[in-house]
Amino acid sequence: MERSGWERRAEAVWEHPATGRMRVPAVIFASEELLDAMDDKVAEQACNVATLPGIVKASFVMPDGHWGYGFPIGGVAAFDPAEGGVVSAGGVGFDISCGVRMLLTGLDVEAVESVLEDLADVLQAGVPAGVGSQGAIVVKGRELDELLREGARWAVARGYGVERDLERIEEGGRVPGARPECVSDKAKERQRRQVGTLGSGNHYLEVQAVVEIHDEKLARAFGLRLGEVVVSIHCGSRGLGHQIGTDYLKEMVTAARGFGIEVPDRELACAPLTSELGRRYLGAMRAGANCALANRQVITHLVREGFRRVLPEASLDLLYDVSHNTCKEEVHLVDGSERRLFVHRKGATRAFPPGHPELPEDLRAAGQPVIVGGTMGTSSFVLAGRSESPAFASACHGAGRSMSRHKATKTWHGGKIVAELRQRGILIRSPSLRGVAEEAPGAYKDVEAVAEASERAGLARRVARVRPLLCVKG
Amino acid sequence: MSEDPGARGELFPHGSDIGIRGRGPTPAAAFEAAAGALTRVITDPSLVKPRDVVEIQVSGEDPEMLFYDWINALVAEMSARNMLFSRFEVEIANGGLRGRAFGENVDVRRHRPAVEVKGATMTCLEVRREPDGVWLAQCVVDV
Repeated sequence: MERSGWERRAEAVWEHPATGRMRVPAVIFASEELLDAMDDKVAEQACNVATLPGIVKASFVMPDGHWGYGFPIGGVAAFDPAEGGVVSAGGVGFDISCGVRMLLTGLDVEAVESVLEDLADVLQAGVPAGVGSQGAIVVKGRELDELLREGARWAVARGYGVERDLERIEEGGRVPGARPECVSDKAKERQRRQVGTLGSGNHYLEVQAVVEIHDEKLARAFGLRLGEVVVSIHCGSRGLGHQIGTDYLKEMVTAARGFGIEVPDRELACAPLTSELGRRYLGAMRAGANCALANRQVITHLVREGFRRVLPEASLDLLYDVSHNTCKEEVHLVDGSERRLFVHRKGATRAFPPGHPELPEDLRAAGQPVIVGGTMGTSSFVLAGRSESPAFASACHGAGRSMSRHKATKTWHGGKIVAELRQRGILIRSPSLRGVAEEAPGAYKDVEAVAEASERAGLARRVARVRPLLCVKG
Repeated sequence: MSEDPGARGELFPHGSDIGIRGRGPTPAAAFEAAAGALTRVITDPSLVKPRDVVEIQVSGEDPEMLFYDWINALVAEMSARNMLFSRFEVEIANGGLRGRAFGENVDVRRHRPAVEVKGATMTCLEVRREPDGVWLAQCVVDV
């Protein structure tokens, strides 16, 4: 990345002062190496976000930042409605509330490795994934509206999971303020057969082993043990969320002039939080978020069923479920005063600090778990939120792509990747070898560097590292 | 109609996702070719039998927003109907677009779909006439 205009403010913290139409500075959290590897568009987009009305403190970018749509992926920006703050569909993204959850199995690696092929067969057959897959549940009409209002609670009430799961999901598994009437019929039609489906691309279901503990005390608090097997599920709001993003991005682009908002990039199209359009989008976005939470809850049920068939002794308790592409209404301390802000996290994760009242009691002292996905061939991390976070209690979300899909398919052959990973003890199950090549480990940033930079920047603490044993992709 | 859906449609690289581009003697032809490129993101269009037809109608005067809506309409139809398309007919007139997309239901074993398209974005969104008179229509799609 071209560094002109950017100055190092602290270890792993770089700042571009507010210049031109920027209302606040732009701040990138990254090591020098990660910063240099970021494309120039990250800097441009971070500075563009800083021009939006009502933005508070700074336009932030996490260590896994890369070129996005309007907002950089890894972008965090908070807006104050009392200061004309806006909400941006581009600042949330198409895959509303895409996120990841981690389940603790209570099993050792050896027990799982001995039946890994059987487990792979059962999970691949039991969890619909990829284009052409359809969920076993058809949800439409009033039932779908109920799902959009109630999120994971809808799923648990219908037997997909247990009450305890809800304590370990942001907002208790239900984002308040969802307005299904603000979601288009087209979006609802797309969701009809997609409840409980994994999706494709960088979505995955992964069985992993805990291979390193960075913080013993926090690991104990989270129930993470060296040598234990965990399961991660990464997916989002599927067709419904995508259609909400499409519908409202266009509406905001069209409406922007009427609000007197000039944006340097039309994909930053936004609406004042207090406007009718802004309120409608928030209602639809929250419905999309609930859709994602319900989806991950149903998939959890399917994973538990699969494990019961092969490893009935597994417990599969939910550690935590985090969402990445969101705009959440939160209270934050800014210059000594509490302010109600709307925090956009586009490819970034909320990371509440120790003591936060929204954390479940048994996690409150430790801080919020933050699950950071790596690639099918590298590690993933569990981090913990920390006090005095510099970016509205936010952290990174994953490794971030470092290579286009086009180049990845020219560089690697999916079949060879599958074979090489199998030699390293990692099973890959995917319907498409081209899809595997697009998701090759080499196409992503070094997730260890991202996790380390997050810690050095004061965003979150590293707790544990896990490595993949089995990856099911769509 | 796009008779060879892959011939004039192409993919171009983007950091996180992928670009689709169509070229043709008219804007409508460019839209058809870009639709073929959309299918190429997912699978080889030659594997998709043009058995069934879906009618699409979008309105608007701005060519770029018309293209954005056309691609997003195709994405929505693929998603809702669980279909893939390989041939397209587009007519642009009277402040809108009437399109027909020909395809079939997804057969995972035969089509081996690589990735799902979430939607068209406005990144690299262009509809323009090039110096040689050929029309170009393109955008990046989120996968």
